[in-house]
Amino acid sequence: MLDPVTLAVIQAGLQQVCDEMDLTFSRAAFSPVIAEADDRSDGIYSAEDGSLIAQGSKGLPVFVGVMQFSTRTLIERIRAGETAAPEPGDIYIVNDPYLGGTHLMDVRFAMPFYRDGKLFCWLSNTGHWPDTGGAVPGGFSASAISAEQEGLRLPPVKLFKRGEMDREIWQIICSNIRVSEQRIGDVKAQASALLVGAERLAGLMDRYGDAAVVEAIAEMRRLAARQMRAMLADVPEDPVKAVAIVDSDGVVNEPLTIALSLRRVGGDVVFDFTGSSAPCMGPMNSVRATTLSAVYLAVRHVFADVPISAGAFEPLQVVGIEGTFLDAHYPRPVSGCAAEVSQRIAEAVFAALVQVFPDRVTAAPAGTSGNFGLGGYDPDKGRDFVMYQISGGGYGGFAGGDGLSNGCSTIGISKAPPVEIMEQNFPVLYRRYALHEGSGGAGEHRGGFGLDYEIELLRGQARASFVMDHGRVGPQGVLGGQDGAVNRVEVMRGGVVTVPEHLSKAQDIALQPGDRVRVRTPGGGGYGDAARRDPALVAEDVRLGRYSAEEARRLFGFSG
Amino acid sequence: MTGLVAGVDVGGTFTDLVILDPATGAVRLAKVPTSLPDQSGGVLAAFAEAGADLGQMDLIVHGTTTTTNAVLERKLAKTGLITTEGFRDVLELGRRTRPQAYGMKGHFVPVIPRDLRLEVAGRMDARGRELTPLDEAAVARAALWLRDQGCESLVIHFLHAYANPAHELRAAEIAAGVWPNGYITTGHSLLSESREFERGVTAAVNASVQPLLERYVARLAKGLAARGYSRDLLVMNGNGGMVTASKVSREAVKTVMSGPASGVMAAVATGRRAGMANLLTYDMGGTSTDVAMIRGGVAPVSNEIEVEYAMPIHVPMVDVRTVGAGGGSIARVDAGGMLRVGPDSAGSSPGPVCYGRGGTQVTISDANLLLGRLPAARFGQAAAAARAAMEDQIAAPLGLTVEEAAEAVLRIANTHMAGAIRMVSISMGADPRDFALFAFGGAGPLHAVALARELAVPKVLVPARPGLTNALGCVVADLRHDFVRTLNRPLDAADMAQVQAILAGQEAEGRRLIAAEKLALRSVRAEFSADMQFIGQTHLLRIALPGPEVGREEIQRRFEAAYWARFKVELPQVRANLVNLNCSVIGARPELDLSRLIDPAGRGQAVPSGTRRVWFGGWRDVPVYWRDHLPLALDLQGPAIIEQMDTTVIVEPGCRVTSDSDGNLIVEVGHA
Repeated sequence: MLDPVTLAVIQAGLQQVCDEMDLTFSRAAFSPVIAEADDRSDGIYSAEDGSLIAQGSKGLPVFVGVMQFSTRTLIERIRAGETAAPEPGDIYIVNDPYLGGTHLMDVRFAMPFYRDGKLFCWLSNTGHWPDTGGAVPGGFSASAISAEQEGLRLPPVKLFKRGEMDREIWQIICSNIRVSEQRIGDVKAQASALLVGAERLAGLMDRYGDAAVVEAIAEMRRLAARQMRAMLADVPEDPVKAVAIVDSDGVVNEPLTIALSLRRVGGDVVFDFTGSSAPCMGPMNSVRATTLSAVYLAVRHVFADVPISAGAFEPLQVVGIEGTFLDAHYPRPVSGCAAEVSQRIAEAVFAALVQVFPDRVTAAPAGTSGNFGLGGYDPDKGRDFVMYQISGGGYGGFAGGDGLSNGCSTIGISKAPPVEIMEQNFPVLYRRYALHEGSGGAGEHRGGFGLDYEIELLRGQARASFVMDHGRVGPQGVLGGQDGAVNRVEVMRGGVVTVPEHLSKAQDIALQPGDRVRVRTPGGGGYGDAARRDPALVAEDVRLGRYSAEEARRLFGFSG
Repeated sequence: MTGLVAGVDVGGTFTDLVILDPATGAVRLAKVPTSLPDQSGGVLAAFAEAGADLGQMDLIVHGTTTTTNAVLERKLAKTGLITTEGFRDVLELGRRTRPQAYGMKGHFVPVIPRDLRLEVAGRMDARGRELTPLDEAAVARAALWLRDQGCESLVIHFLHAYANPAHELRAAEIAAGVWPNGYITTGHSLLSESREFERGVTAAVNASVQPLLERYVARLAKGLAARGYSRDLLVMNGNGGMVTASKVSREAVKTVMSGPASGVMAAVATGRRAGMANLLTYDMGGTSTDVAMIRGGVAPVSNEIEVEYAMPIHVPMVDVRTVGAGGGSIARVDAGGMLRVGPDSAGSSPGPVCYGRGGTQVTISDANLLLGRLPAARFGQAAAAARAAMEDQIAAPLGLTVEEAAEAVLRIANTHMAGAIRMVSISMGADPRDFALFAFGGAGPLHAVALARELAVPKVLVPARPGLTNALGCVVADLRHDFVRTLNRPLDAADMAQVQAILAGQEAEGRRLIAAEKLALRSVRAEFSADMQFIGQTHLLRIALPGPEVGREEIQRRFEAAYWARFKVELPQVRANLVNLNCSVIGARPELDLSRLIDPAGRGQAVPSGTRRVWFGGWRDVPVYWRDHLPLALDLQGPAIIEQMDTTVIVEPGCRVTSDSDGNLIVEVGHA
């Protein structure tokens, strides 16, 4: 039996191996999505079944559980002879969403780690590439109806064989993606993170002995499961229900429903999604791995204390997703799964858990990545451009206070690019970058405020696309609190204002110089009855112009 | 120089003073409680405590936390903002971040409240071309309104002013016509780089601490003058250099975080004399631990430091990273049965159980006490309470003895600190094994040797006065001016004549400022660097440049070499981008004799003053030495305890400790 000190020390050591991989990957990467937005994750996975041993603490939340599914699929395919068996120095590349993934842009590497000639575990990482081919630059096609329109799909293949990159596979990839010349830098960064991890892991095992590390891994898993079960012991056996709504799939303008019923069965908590909508035509489908990961990340937002390992997820059983849009199969398009559907799943989990843990859980956060893509030709620079404006929104109120304004998406941790940098790089002018006034959901603790920005095209021509959500209903208020404001998109062309048919999703809207796009992102949900809010705080919000006096009268019974 | 040099540093709890006679090396020291809110009372009390005649002082260098505290506690002067139409919320929206990756909660108070942020028409584009003329009448109205609201300071911050400051300059001119004082800060004057949130926060912090610092410095200067001090007072900046008090408030923001910077400057000077150019400074206090990495005798300076969540202050500062645990960090067994240390801290109030101030949760300090690493005599009755808490909270749930539990707490704390330090060094592209650990602060020397072992660091240096390091940093600090200019051009397309002119201009300006200080200097030197990246990247790599006449090929060669050293990656197919050109001009003060920080007259033989039972995997009787009595010809084998006024040095078994000629302890870390 391992002593508790050695156990804690090995746990910290494994965590540091992963943190070092995360850091190496970000610092050397070219893709701003990886380098600046940290849209990547690194971890260590079991050789037996791919289950998660340890994962970097600075990884993107949406990847919290994903790689154990892709690693498991890789192991199964190797056993079945569908994928070539590993040798030392090999690195597999895979981005197939249906083989334990997210969307195509999330490209995973997996490297076998050997001790004394025997496979001991897998090191794996995921990075969001800026492009993997497909109908639109960047991969977020709001109107795709099949996987092929979304980009190049790679089954697990060896990109590195015995330490050497396979130039033929690389050439195939480069011929199918945009701005391929910069990707070699990302590939080298992604591979070098795994090599750094292997070196550090070997050092850790040399120091504490292989047997102790093996024992620690098993013990960590057992303890994390026990801790998670202790945390969830208050979940009742009678179902707690919650619902979250996706505006539409981008193709058929009908809302999609996520129906969640949550209950405790013994020491486990069952997340039952029976009754959720069927798979959809457009890209708002989720794949199984992403759906499970969304549940895990929501629970982790609530119980951040439990270390990330397979044990932490062991008590979480996800059922009832077969036949729904939360478990889509080839060739359903899935580009919206990681950025949007995952956040609606998390919202449903929050809405259920807040009923059980009112002191821990917040009202719904804005919960959309707010992807606004603008592609066109810049005559000044003499070249095509692709611009993305990803936005934050208000967070939900909670027992301890009001929601944060303009926070990052539930699944992300990235920083917004400065307006000045956007205007340097693209032929646009921001007319406004402001607080979305009035957007925080009313409550004893109100929601945070969203963002209100307006962009004008200065020259050339361009096409605008939107993949956002919460245009139909705002982020949910809880325990008597009101919903936050909905996401609003307005397109002003030739002085005429229009709203996209799908409210939050549209593709290829042609813009001329002088045309503008205004986006107001959602505010967070309110927590508790607005009538109970301290009148001094209401007056302060009015004084600061966060709500108009009229809004405050309507929402809070303000009498000033 | 004939007179004395004094360094006086105000910390959270104590105000420290070091007075040094450059002629003889003679030293006087004082440590008095910090006075709040007016720190000058404590400063004057320190001089009184040391029995100093201020008429004999040639130079007083002061490190103050006035601005740091004002920012962190948001006790700021009332400040208004005039900014570009559509952008008044930039200071409140930040960069769309949350404090932690997990947990959808956070709290943020902008430096300037929303009702005091006004907008005026007028717009530049990203190249600095005027799109909309400045509405001058609106500027005048806004300034008057803010003045009438009682604002003491004013910020003028316009989009793209780094590219063309004309609107900011004109608006400042208009506002000056109605503003009752000189407290007007323009965004581009402190930081001429793009990124409106960072530039705006930097300007807003400057404006809102400016009156506070000016009043404080004036009060202190008056108090010193009344006691006979006739020379110029100098104040420490966060970049580790100092400036004259009469000019410091103009760029008041530069004094934020100057305390940790002073400590690093002391480490640089101590290391230079000890022949150690690569040091990891390790300053462990009650609530947190600060780490900095000195390479080649040079303190790391960054102009991208975030002093707390969403509070970026982008002026050059010594890059000191907070890595978590302090003596007050709480240990507990979690619901799964795993032992954890931190991140919660008992701080200094209520503090560890052993302080007897009402703390009930077991901390790192309690573990140190229970293992004999801290002297029990200092804690009295509360030691029993610490033992009971360790038994109940850690030992019993884990089935360990109290000693085993306490040892486990220290081991885990050290593992986490070592991991955090390793991450800091990796993020700076260095291997901690190539450094010596410079241990100071109240708890630094207590953990340093064990931590060094964990990091595979071969040597630990404990300076003569670990508890007065920041004050010593004031004594030894140099004059320093830093310049940054954004170019953002592909290297192969950069105008090299322009590059060379920028660097030469920065050097000339720095030399002019230093000459104006009229201080005795050993030398004035300029250091040049460039911030670079491959086109398409966002992170920057800083490359040292040989001088202003540097050529294109030389820059390319240096960048590739630095990139290879850092990432082991070559990318011949991608072009390099020249982002920033930097120059630091440093006026080096005369070398000071630091050999008498411990009075030579008190030194004797290495005879223990007693023994103490200390736990090193089992109880051992360990000799205890009084530091001030140890000879310079020291050579001891661990285990040993060395006590001094303000700290305890633990020499673990298997280590050897010697002294250098300045009285620094050098621990060679051996295997246990």
